[in-house]
Amino acid sequence: MAKKIVQIENVGQYFDTKNGRFVALRDVNLDIVEGESIALIGHSGCGKSTLLNLIAGLTHPTSGVMLCEGREIAGPGPERAVVFQNHSLLPWLTCFENVYLAVERVFAAKEGKARLKERTRAALELVGLAHAETKFPHEISGGMKQRVGIARALSMQPRILLMDEPFGALDALTRANLQDELMKILAATKATMVMVTHDVDEAVLLSDRVVMLTNGPAATIGEILEVDIARPRDRLALAHDPHFGDCRAAIMEFLYHKQLKRAA
Amino acid sequence: MTAGVITDRSMAGADAAGAKIANPRGEVPSTAPQAMETAQPAPAPASTPAAASAKPAGRSGEWLRAIGRAVIPPIAGMALLIGLWHLATLNGGGIPSPGKTWDAAVVLFSDPFYREGPNDQGIGWNVLASLERVAIGFGIAAAVGIPAGFMLGRFAVLSQMLNPIISLLRPVSPLAWLPIGLLVFQRADPAATWTIFICSIWPMIMNTAQGVTRVPQDYLNVARVLNLSEWKIFTRILFPAVLPYMLTGIRLSIGTAWLVIVAAEMLTGGVGIGFWVWDEWNNLKVEHIIIAIFVIGIVGLILEQMLMLIARRFSYETR
Repeated sequence: MAKKIVQIENVGQYFDTKNGRFVALRDVNLDIVEGESIALIGHSGCGKSTLLNLIAGLTHPTSGVMLCEGREIAGPGPERAVVFQNHSLLPWLTCFENVYLAVERVFAAKEGKARLKERTRAALELVGLAHAETKFPHEISGGMKQRVGIARALSMQPRILLMDEPFGALDALTRANLQDELMKILAATKATMVMVTHDVDEAVLLSDRVVMLTNGPAATIGEILEVDIARPRDRLALAHDPHFGDCRAAIMEFLYHKQLKRAA
Repeated sequence: MTAGVITDRSMAGADAAGAKIANPRGEVPSTAPQAMETAQPAPAPASTPAAASAKPAGRSGEWLRAIGRAVIPPIAGMALLIGLWHLATLNGGGIPSPGKTWDAAVVLFSDPFYREGPNDQGIGWNVLASLERVAIGFGIAAAVGIPAGFMLGRFAVLSQMLNPIISLLRPVSPLAWLPIGLLVFQRADPAATWTIFICSIWPMIMNTAQGVTRVPQDYLNVARVLNLSEWKIFTRILFPAVLPYMLTGIRLSIGTAWLVIVAAEMLTGGVGIGFWVWDEWNNLKVEHIIIAIFVIGIVGLILEQMLMLIARRFSYETR
């Protein structure tokens, strides 16, 4: 049995708004084991991103316990790197400087400047952007920006990579490219990943387990689907794989049959 | 597989068709005004190809016309102003004519840096004295106002505490502050500087504070996820994000400071362009007052343009 890296126990989250208390999440229980890839999927507003932010430590649960490697998650930490939906690169820094900012924070105490720069270059190389290191974010395409965001997250050598709809804003071809690259990177680094997505294909293609959330408010985990497809996965071959189709169908059934009914 | 190929092809076809449609559409607006200028009532479809084919030959003409469009209206505006001024002074009266003012200006600017006693110095010295006061008052205001703005933007309690005071003091006329300065400093010069300080500090506080509260939450989330130190947050995120707002505040402040100095110097005396205006009024040299108005305007314009240049240099948005 692989090691549990994140444990979520009976976690609930509510926000106090002008119109009273809004319960976003309730009774969430999930263990994330080392090296696995998890997709969080659900209709918009179901609290997927809320759950990811809880794991990241950006928000705190109002009830329940969140543990990362046995310790309570009290705030953000370098072992839990986040890739934001809108890349969130700092526009006044070059791609190199954006990544360096993260590298410096994590490794500056132990390593010299030359080694930090080496790490930054290695991270950019990993996402195929070594040539663009002197460019500013507004000078590169959306797909490249998202790659820099991924490089920044990976450069910290996190225990777990948290991705909030990382490819949501990209066109279909760029998205497919980045998905393939992400799979290669995950296989090479053996990193654990949690990804929020609303794309059924993406969820099945990238993850070992698909965690499906019920509709909000007061969303919780509805079903968990084990995606039993061998890696490395090839998107063209999978298009004809009956098991891939079954997984898709199961998620679609949950999203568009069970959950949509309740919403209506 | 085949289905994929077909959709790919059809997409490519659609793209090409889109490009075909887009091209003439893009051409029409750029050539249409030209066509309108040269051949007025001609039907648009007939004139468009002709204009398009004539384009390479007429490029230098186009260029000259662009310069003309940029330069002629401002010159016409100035000519209109001077013309009206001339008409208004045709029948004599107290206001000197443009010609008379020009003659006086030639004399004045032939020796701007003479010194004959403390109350009779060249216009150059007067402008420099005013600029010095503005620089000192404005410099202190920036040194106090910008950090204060950062604090106000970062700590909500502080802004709730101080916002009523700022709203109360901000609209107060600069000259109301002058007696307080005179009382505290007992001398005219620091009192004028004090007035500059108090009037130019508000835009810097307000704009910097607003900039800090408007730093996108995404950037602050990055700071939190990367666990950046307060110093790194300030130098890498807050400061660059706030800089455009800050520079707007500085620009407004320096404008205010330059407005205020004239009034303050009229009251405090000494050397300075404001005092000089008052002095020339007492000497009844009205043409000198008009020259001073132009000088004040030009110096203000230069100050503003200089700061715009700096703002553009440091703003990440335009880099």
